[in-house]
Amino acid sequence: MMIAVDLILFAFLILTAIAIARLRNLFAVAMLSGLFSLLAAGLFVALDAVDVAFTEAAVGGGVSTIFMLGALALMPREEKRPVHGALLPLVLCLVTGAALVYGTIDMPAFGSPDAPVQRHVGPEYLARALPETGVPNVVTAVLASYRGYDTLGETTVIFVAAISVLMILGISLGSGRQKGGE
Amino acid sequence: MQHHLILRVVARLLLPPIFLYALYVQWHGDYGPGGGFQAGVIFAVGFILYALINGVDALTRVVPPRALILLLAAGLLLYAGTGIATLLLGQDFLDYSALSHDAVHGQEWGILIVELGVGITVAAAMTAIFLAFAGRSASVEDKDW
Repeated sequence: MMIAVDLILFAFLILTAIAIARLRNLFAVAMLSGLFSLLAAGLFVALDAVDVAFTEAAVGGGVSTIFMLGALALMPREEKRPVHGALLPLVLCLVTGAALVYGTIDMPAFGSPDAPVQRHVGPEYLARALPETGVPNVVTAVLASYRGYDTLGETTVIFVAAISVLMILGISLGSGRQKGGE
Repeated sequence: MQHHLILRVVARLLLPPIFLYALYVQWHGDYGPGGGFQAGVIFAVGFILYALINGVDALTRVVPPRALILLLAAGLLLYAGTGIATLLLGQDFLDYSALSHDAVHGQEWGILIVELGVGITVAAAMTAIFLAFAGRSASVEDKDW
């Protein structure tokens, strides 16, 4: 059953990717990339990574699609035809993909208890998180407490990203709509 | 959007559950999937939906851009300030055990506070980025899509 779900999700993921590569209408591409994120979120749920799936669905499927549409409203709707052929990028993609698949051959099976990730610090966190932090969701405990420095950095990245967009595009501080550039 | 009656009605019905769900994700992140990042994004989505239906001007009346920029910084300062507070209470930076008489209790409080900081910054950042885009473009007619 699980295999069938995985296969269907992957098939749709690949079809969406091919459609995105072939389409010239940027509105359709933006909507399909939101669909791509939603399918990826479904795959993350199948992999039991619900926190990641949640973020992917909310950020990739939701907000970033809206941002792309917002950017699209300032641009022409059709992609320009590329001046060079598609052969070199295709070969590059196939070689990179083949290298990545070759790399997965040596990886331990999914969910294998002998995988290094399950034998190193993982069990330590699982055993210590609840008694030490009182938070049942180990992901939250690691994210906010054990790796609090990292999350502070991530929050700073989002802060800086928003400030950068505001500095480049500008935002009117008064009420009322801002028309065109300044 | 003025003549899209169905879209307007459905969006108006959806807005309260979206904000309620964002709050649930924010405060329930300790027990289930979610936390500040996801809650902030969902909160921002509620504001963006409001702007899509009622226009950008209506949104800037609800959340003035100046308040958004203050919130953007306030969330990050809340997070970093928690670290400073734990320093002043005699622990390491961001070691929340100092926040309460009981170390485990302090950890719970610390995680809640920093997740709130993350949520505020993410929600303000997403809404501000949307306003920066939407405030620039002339309104798009339906036939243009």
